[in-house]
Amino acid sequence: MIHPIPPGTRDILPDEMRELRRLHLAMIDVFEERGYGEVSTPAIEYDEVLARGDGRTADSAHRFFDERGDLLALRSDMTVPIARLVASRFAKAAMPLRLCYLANAFRAVRPQRGQMREFAQAGVELIGAPAPQGTVEVVEVLEATLDAAGLDRAVIGLGDADLYRQLLAELGVDGEAREAILGRLAAHDLVGLEVELAALEGVEDAQVATCAALSQLRGGREVLEQARALGGEAVERATARIGATFAALEERGVADRVQIDLGLLRDLGYYSGAILEVYDPALGHVLGGGGRYDRLLERFGIDLPAAGFALYLERVHVAQMEEEPGGGEGS
Amino acid sequence: MSVEVAGLGRAKAEGPLKLAVPRGTLLEETLDALDSIGIDTAAVRGESRSLIFPGKEVTLVTMRPTDVPTYVEAGAADVGITGKDVLLEQGDRIVYELLDLGYGRCRMVLAGRKGDKRLGESQRRLGMMRIATKYPRTAERHFETTGRQVEVIEVKGSIELAPLTGLADGIVDLVATGRTLEENDLEVREEIVECTARFVANRVAHKLRAAEVDELTAKLREASAR
Repeated sequence: MIHPIPPGTRDILPDEMRELRRLHLAMIDVFEERGYGEVSTPAIEYDEVLARGDGRTADSAHRFFDERGDLLALRSDMTVPIARLVASRFAKAAMPLRLCYLANAFRAVRPQRGQMREFAQAGVELIGAPAPQGTVEVVEVLEATLDAAGLDRAVIGLGDADLYRQLLAELGVDGEAREAILGRLAAHDLVGLEVELAALEGVEDAQVATCAALSQLRGGREVLEQARALGGEAVERATARIGATFAALEERGVADRVQIDLGLLRDLGYYSGAILEVYDPALGHVLGGGGRYDRLLERFGIDLPAAGFALYLERVHVAQMEEEPGGGEGS
Repeated sequence: MSVEVAGLGRAKAEGPLKLAVPRGTLLEETLDALDSIGIDTAAVRGESRSLIFPGKEVTLVTMRPTDVPTYVEAGAADVGITGKDVLLEQGDRIVYELLDLGYGRCRMVLAGRKGDKRLGESQRRLGMMRIATKYPRTAERHFETTGRQVEVIEVKGSIELAPLTGLADGIVDLVATGRTLEENDLEVREEIVECTARFVANRVAHKLRAAEVDELTAKLREASAR
């Protein structure tokens, strides 16, 4: 007899579990070797505590009342719970603080899209280490993790979360127009972006062209020069930040698989400064991401810079199989 | 950390870029556009029943326009061409919309029977219009943003039948010349949005095959400006 489980959830059987476990252990080994201690937090938290982290997107898909009538929520990522944990338990600890996790998080799913309601993330949080050195350490750990997973062709995109916010402020664009433009950028809709930009009053054509062109700049160090050539204070500052991070990565010899990407825009509101995305040529989807969130901990009462990344364990597993000789067809 | 968690699509990134080509009304102009930038489309134009046409720089994969976002999102095709109507209806698919190709121009409209007051009367006396469409999400969004309640009825076949038989008070559909509406005694009541063919790319291909994608975009941009 078949008993259903909710869409977007799944059972994992021994053959897959064995491989996931191996992958999980390989990743945790990398984290531990570099001084990241593993933590676990409850899957259920108070809704108002999670909402502190990111009112807009921490908007949990799964909320319910407990027996006392308190509103609880299932976490939608691990960064916000760890920010809460650090503020509560490590406020007086020596910094930087290095924590890692492998945990399940929960999100809403759209029907028939193969999306996961419950999914596993493996990641690290580096608290109290400012840019660029903190960012560089996170990228180094990320690269070592991808290596440990056998994904030596994976690429890390490096962008800047503040670029467009500052650029639009510089152009004097705010309110609805600003949200519309950021929305188009987040939706990767360049046609719509150009339409929104063209509709702005008091913004010159050259500046419109700059915005549109910036979002398409991705590649090596030369991209920073191309961006600077477009001009403007915001671009200057963002390229300086990315340039400093990239130079520090080069110094550590880990810049080879980093692609500078001025079109990156993470949709979580708590990011600031460097943002990361991870791709593998064997997979059409993003493997994970991360970046800096220097103002997140402030919302929990301690003012510390922070950075981290999270990889979707199941997607890394798929990529791993696809990268095997023969693309995982009968191994 | 990212909010979107889509399915586990997979594709190989080696070899020529895979370009999803829409069969149907957009096919001719799409092939013309590809010809004009030096991509050989003779095989697609031929009698062959094949679906995949390998080429030196670009492999053409032919499919229904509504499948293009699905294949491109999953990376089964690196880039593709489809109508804005399809992208609007499947707005939750994560693809890069890189270029307005300008052809395949048509309008998404609300239409009703000529001289018939049903749309207005249903709205006034029942507080609700019944709208038949092949684009339920686009229709729902339009009425939601204009503050009206509707019952959206999704149909697959000839949409003009719905108001003529009394299934619906009106329809939301794509109109190119308006001839089909005319022949069925229907008229445009509201314009919702204008749609053209768009060039889209997979999110990972856009990053990892940046040079090839950019070159193709630039050529198509130049060709569509001519």
